[in-house]
Amino acid sequence: MKKRIFYSKIAIWTFAFCPILRLLWLGLHDDLGANPVEFVERSTGTWALVFLLLSLVMTPIRLLTGQVWQIQLRRLLGLWMFAYACLHVTTYVWLDYGFYWPDIVKDIVKHPYVIVGFAAFMLTVPLAATSNQAMMKRLKSNWKRLHQLVYIIALLAILHFWWLVKKDVTEPFYYAIVLACLLSVRLYFKHFKRHGVSKSSQNRQLV
Amino acid sequence: MLIINPSKSNPADIQPSEITPREAFEDRRSWLKAAGFTLLSGAVLHSKFAQAATVTGGETKGSGILVGRANQGNGLTYKPAVVSGGKINGYVKTTYGAGEKLTKYEDVTTYNNYYEFGTDKSDPAQNSSFFKPRPWSISIDGEVKKPKTINIDDLMRLAPLEERIYRHRCVEAWSMVVPWIGLPLSELIKWAEPTGNAKYIEFISANDPQTMPGARVPILDWPYVEGLRMDEAMNPLTLLAVGLYGEVLPNQNGAPVRLVVPWKYGFKGAKAIVKIRFQEKMPLTTWAKTGPSEYGFYANVNPNVDHPRWTQSSEKRIGAGLFAGRVKTLMFNGYSEQVGQLYAGMDLKKFF
Repeated sequence: MKKRIFYSKIAIWTFAFCPILRLLWLGLHDDLGANPVEFVERSTGTWALVFLLLSLVMTPIRLLTGQVWQIQLRRLLGLWMFAYACLHVTTYVWLDYGFYWPDIVKDIVKHPYVIVGFAAFMLTVPLAATSNQAMMKRLKSNWKRLHQLVYIIALLAILHFWWLVKKDVTEPFYYAIVLACLLSVRLYFKHFKRHGVSKSSQNRQLV
Repeated sequence: MLIINPSKSNPADIQPSEITPREAFEDRRSWLKAAGFTLLSGAVLHSKFAQAATVTGGETKGSGILVGRANQGNGLTYKPAVVSGGKINGYVKTTYGAGEKLTKYEDVTTYNNYYEFGTDKSDPAQNSSFFKPRPWSISIDGEVKKPKTINIDDLMRLAPLEERIYRHRCVEAWSMVVPWIGLPLSELIKWAEPTGNAKYIEFISANDPQTMPGARVPILDWPYVEGLRMDEAMNPLTLLAVGLYGEVLPNQNGAPVRLVVPWKYGFKGAKAIVKIRFQEKMPLTTWAKTGPSEYGFYANVNPNVDHPRWTQSSEKRIGAGLFAGRVKTLMFNGYSEQVGQLYAGMDLKKFF
């Protein structure tokens, strides 16, 4: 089991570095398209969302298969989400607005899609800060309560994408469907399979 | 706008230095002064509206054809531009946009908003190869003496084609600098002979789901409709573009003919125009219909009127690179001097 976790983590690290390396490669070869800043913003934002959704896949796997080992990958996926969110925000503040704070503040305050995106990012900060073992122990049951913020972050992130798009919402719609599926598995088990779950789940503290 | 001297029998004999701005032409006294100055200095004169010109393209390069439209309307007095092998020969260079750094051809032709071919910026370049921009004709009706039709070749001969370098500002807060080739819309309007009731012009774009894959999807209410107030349409800046970078317009940029209104957001520039209708009432334009709180009929570039999605006070210049930052957006996209008077007394926050 330990080996399986180890190899999975290596796979995640490798996978997670690919988009960054691709951006660096394209950037160095001046191949980021006509609007390179938008390209980097889109890419880092999309990958933050992908890692967020991946981190939310671990619990449905447990609920559906009874397997629990993959729960231990959740933190790593969550932290990669945070890393891409940081890159996304850095791109916005630096490459897009050149640290010109008056415009940044105006942009955040005035535009609904930026407000929700900014809110989502702010909410990821306490999650990343409390992601280590020590904080987990210190916060006890509050840790779980705090980390339920991830559902709100996911909704805000989808909304951020949805409101950003001018008219064709196909792409954010796909992500919304994925999120809806992941949440409905949870709700289904919570309401209809409560007993079955508590019996099959031997590692409740990990949930 | 250039005015030629119709008495010259061979326009090719005329030197660019002889070109006289319209204002000067109309005012005899300053015309004499201007001509004297031109003779003395040998320089090209240009003023607010009148832009000096040289002819380029093919054989005629450097020979300096003087072109223009006789103000009496007595037939062609210039050598019309010729299309061969996708290139336009014999258009007039103007000083519009002199000193602006052009956006790369590659960026101008691969980063497009043209939803009839798809909603991604790269879609129009990729999905427009089946589109047939020729033969093409535009039908003109509504408040006109009598409905007319003009085909693309005749349209391109209606007036001398000019190259105009314009800033192009998208509502999405990015911008380009494009060397368009076209003719003033006012030339077509004069030819169309609108009646006194014509207060607005509606432009209707092609809607052919066979060759325009995006038009199969009801993302917008097809066909795409745009419009201008009559005085906006008659403004010398308003251009019917048939080419860019010396070539006929690529499909993804709105071939064979599109509207270019440089002081307004890019979506005002209807592409692949098939119908022009003069009307008394303000047309209901596609984006204004789709999102009335976001897109107005006027859609003038205005850094002081924000959009619910995009800050309009600054913009990203396409092709400037990853670390270039933003440039300040100018009122009317920097064309205040030419168009500001059109909106005197209007509340531009209300009529956005």
